[in-house]
Amino acid sequence: MKAIHNLIQSVKPHFEEGGKLSRFWVVFDSLETFAFTPGHVTSSGAHVRDSIDLKRTMFLVIVAMVPCLLFGMWNIGHQYHLSLGESSDLLANVLVGAWKVIPLIVVSYGVGLGIEFLFAGMRGHSINEGYLVSGMLIPLIMPVDVPLWMVALAVAFAVVVAKEVFGGTGMNILNVALTARAFLFFAYPKQLSGEIWIHDVATSKAGGMLVDGYTGATALGHLAGTVGAAASEASTATMSLFAQGGMFSLSNCFLGLIPGSVGETSALACLIGAAILIWTGIGSWRVIASFLAGGLVMGVLFNLIGANAYMTINPVHQVVMGGFMFGMVFMATDPVSAAQTNTGKLWYGFFGGLFSIMIRVFNPAYPEGVMMAILFMNVMAPLIDHYVIEANIKSREKRLTVAAA
Amino acid sequence: MSKTLRIKKGVDIRLAGAPSTECAAAPAPKVVAIQPPDYPGLTPKLAVKAGDAVSAGDALVFDKTFTNVKVASPVAGTVKDVVRGAKRRIMAVVVEASGEEKHRDFGVWNGGDRDALVAHLAQAGLFAAFRQRPFDMLANPSDTPRAIYVSGFDSSPMAASTSVVVEGQMAHLQRGVDALAELAGAGGVHVGLQAGDNTLAGLKNCKTTAFQGPHPAGNVGVQIHHTDPINKGEVLWTLGLQDVINLGAFLNTGKYSARRVVAACGSEMNNPRHLETVVGAKLDDLGLNVNEGARVISGSVLTGTNAGTDGHLGAFATQVVALPEGHDPKFMLTEGWLSPGLNKFSASRAYPTWLMPKGKTYTLDTNQNGEDRAFVVSGQYEAVFPFDIFPVHLVKSIMVNDIDAMEKLGIYEVAPEDFALCEFVCTSKIPVQLLVREGLDALKVELG
Repeated sequence: MKAIHNLIQSVKPHFEEGGKLSRFWVVFDSLETFAFTPGHVTSSGAHVRDSIDLKRTMFLVIVAMVPCLLFGMWNIGHQYHLSLGESSDLLANVLVGAWKVIPLIVVSYGVGLGIEFLFAGMRGHSINEGYLVSGMLIPLIMPVDVPLWMVALAVAFAVVVAKEVFGGTGMNILNVALTARAFLFFAYPKQLSGEIWIHDVATSKAGGMLVDGYTGATALGHLAGTVGAAASEASTATMSLFAQGGMFSLSNCFLGLIPGSVGETSALACLIGAAILIWTGIGSWRVIASFLAGGLVMGVLFNLIGANAYMTINPVHQVVMGGFMFGMVFMATDPVSAAQTNTGKLWYGFFGGLFSIMIRVFNPAYPEGVMMAILFMNVMAPLIDHYVIEANIKSREKRLTVAAA
Repeated sequence: MSKTLRIKKGVDIRLAGAPSTECAAAPAPKVVAIQPPDYPGLTPKLAVKAGDAVSAGDALVFDKTFTNVKVASPVAGTVKDVVRGAKRRIMAVVVEASGEEKHRDFGVWNGGDRDALVAHLAQAGLFAAFRQRPFDMLANPSDTPRAIYVSGFDSSPMAASTSVVVEGQMAHLQRGVDALAELAGAGGVHVGLQAGDNTLAGLKNCKTTAFQGPHPAGNVGVQIHHTDPINKGEVLWTLGLQDVINLGAFLNTGKYSARRVVAACGSEMNNPRHLETVVGAKLDDLGLNVNEGARVISGSVLTGTNAGTDGHLGAFATQVVALPEGHDPKFMLTEGWLSPGLNKFSASRAYPTWLMPKGKTYTLDTNQNGEDRAFVVSGQYEAVFPFDIFPVHLVKSIMVNDIDAMEKLGIYEVAPEDFALCEFVCTSKIPVQLLVREGLDALKVELG
C-alpha cells in the first residue's frame, strides 16, 4: 500500500490547481480518499474522533444488501427456468441473474456517479458517499426486464431532482432510490405494468413456451385483479395461488421464490439485511420495528373488515409479499429522508407500514403501496419531527411557568 | 446520604495512558502565562506592562465591563511579555518567575456580609474562575445566582482523580464551599459526587447528589440539568472543584493560590501520573516525558487546546495529554474504512469496539478519521447527550443563526463541553463545540 500511496502522490500534482488535469480534481480526490482516509488532523474541539465515517456507514448498508442481491440474482434465473418448465441448477440460475443484474448495476452507478461528479465539480466539494447506497438500491427495486435506458433516465431524474437540487447528500427530502422507481412508475406506467417481472417472459409467451399459470405478474399484480370484483370464480382461482402449495404460498413469499423486482422478493434476505443493520446500529430499529407493526396492524384490520378476497389475506402473508420488507429495511431507514427524532421515528415507521398495506389493498392501480407510502412519509417526516420538537419546547416552557409561579 | 442519579447516555472513551494515583510536585515553572482567551466572555485590559515586577495575586488583566473581575498572576516575578494576536487581542501575559514565594497579602477573611466577601474575592482575581450559565461565560459579580454548582469529579477520559486532587485540601475545600453558600441565592450550593466515591461525602453546607454513568456525567451542565434545570431568565454560577479549593485556601491564608493538580496522561506520555503545579505553568517546565512528535494538549482530549510543550497550562485545564498525531493517511483495507478495526474505538457498532472486553484500552491519534460531510446519520448525538434537548436541531438552529429557535430548543442549559461527545461520535465530523460557542456568543450579543 506504500506503493499505491506513492503512485497516488506522484500523479497528484497533475490534478491540483494549475495542473493539466485539474478539472478532474473531484474524480482524483474521491479516488484518493476512497483508498486512503486522509491525514487530516483535528484542529478544533475534540482532539480524538470516533473511527466511524460516512464511507464505513454506507459500506455497511451495502453489506446488508448483499443477501438480497445474491438471492435476487439466483431467483431471476430460477423464475425464468420455472416459467419455461425447465429444471436448472444453481450456476445456470445465477448466470441468468447476473446477465440481468450486472448491467442494471453498471448503468445505475455509471449514470448516478457521473451526475454526482458533475455537481461536485461545479460546486467545488468532494464526492459524498450517499450515492453508493442509492446506486445499489435502484437495481434491486427494478423489474427484471426493465429497459436499461429507462433505468438511466430514472437515475438521472432521481439524482438531479430528488437530491442535487436540494443540495446533495444529506439535504434531500425524498428517498433517492424510491424517487427513481416512482419516476418510472408514473412516466412509463404501461411498460412497467407489463410482462417484465420474469426474464424474457414476453418472448416465451409469444413462442408458446410458457408453462400454464404463468402470466408474468407479481403476487400483488394478481391480487390487485381481485379488488372491486365480487367473490367470483376468477378471484377464487387467484386466491388459490396464495394457499398452501400455491405459487405465492406463505413459504414461497417468505423465501422469495416468486417473481418480482430484482432484490425485493425474499423476505428472508431482507430480514438478514435488517439484522445486519440493527446489529451494527446503522439502521434504526425503531423505524424497522414500527414499520412492521404498522403493516401487521393494517393487515389485521383488513382481516376484520374482510370486504373482499384481498382483505382476507393473513397479515403475515401481507408483509412478506411485494416490496414491503425491502422498503421497510432499506428505504424507510434512510436517515436523511426519515424522521430524525427517536419518537418521530416510531410514528414515521408505524404509518409507513400502515399506509403500505392500505394503499396496495385500496388502490389496485398502485399495487406497490410501499413505494407510495414511504415517499409520502418522507414528506411527512419533517412535520412529525416538528410536533415532537414542539412538545419538547412546550415542556420547557411549562417548566418556566412553574418556576416563575 | 445523598441520592444517586443514573446517567444512561454518554460514552467512556477508553484511552491508553490513564494516570497512576501517584501525585508528584512538578518542578517550579520558570515561566508562567495567563491566557485571556481561556476565559469566555472576558474582554481583557492590561493592568501591568512588560517589565513590571509582580507578586503572586497581583492583577495582570481585568475585564473591560466587569472591572472588578481580574486575572491574577499565579507566581511572583517579572512581566516578560504581552502576546497579542489578530486585532491586537491579548493572547497571553507572560511572567518570568523569580522563584521566590512572594504573595500579595490580602489578609485572612474573618467574615462579613456578602458584598464585602464579593469585594474581598474580586480584589485577588478569584472571580475570573466563576462561570455563569446561561452562556458558559464570565460571571457578573454583581449578580446573585440562583445556585452555585460544582462538579466533584471529572468523567472525561483519563481525568485527574478527585481523591488525589483533594488530598490534604479538605479544609480549604470546605471553607470554599462555605463561602459559595454565602454567595449563592436561594438554591444554595450543589456538589455533584461520583457514585461509589466517598471522598467528598463529608462536605457540609451544600447539597450533594451522586451521579453514576459514563461521561459526561461529570460535566456540571449535566448535573444541573438532572437536578434543577436552568430556565430562561435564571442565572447560575459554576466553579471547578480545584478553584473551590483555591478559593478556600485564599480565605484561610490570605494568599492567592493558583495550585493545580493535573493528570499528565495519554499514550505518548511516559510515566502517566498526577502532577502538582500552578495555573499557567509552561508545559515544558513540568518535567514531562513526552514522546517526539506527539500533540500536547492542555485540558482534556475532548475540550482542551493544542498547546504544545511551548504552551502553558490553561486556566481551567486539569489534564495535560500527549497523543500521537494522525498525519499519516490510512489505507482503506488495513487501517481505513474497510478494515476490521479491531484496535479502533467507536461509540457506534460499525467497528467491533462493542464486542471487545470492557477493560481494553485504545490508542487514538488525532486523525479526524473521515472527511467533513453534511448531517446524514440521525440518532447519534442523542445517544451521548444526556439532556432533554434535541442536539442536532439546536446545532442546526445555530448554523442558521436563528436566535428564537436556539432559545426555544434550550441553549441556555448547555455549554460547548456538553457537546464534546457529540463532536466525537459525529459521522459527518461537524465542529459542534465551535458552533455551540458561536451560538452562545451570538445569543449573548443579541440579549446584551
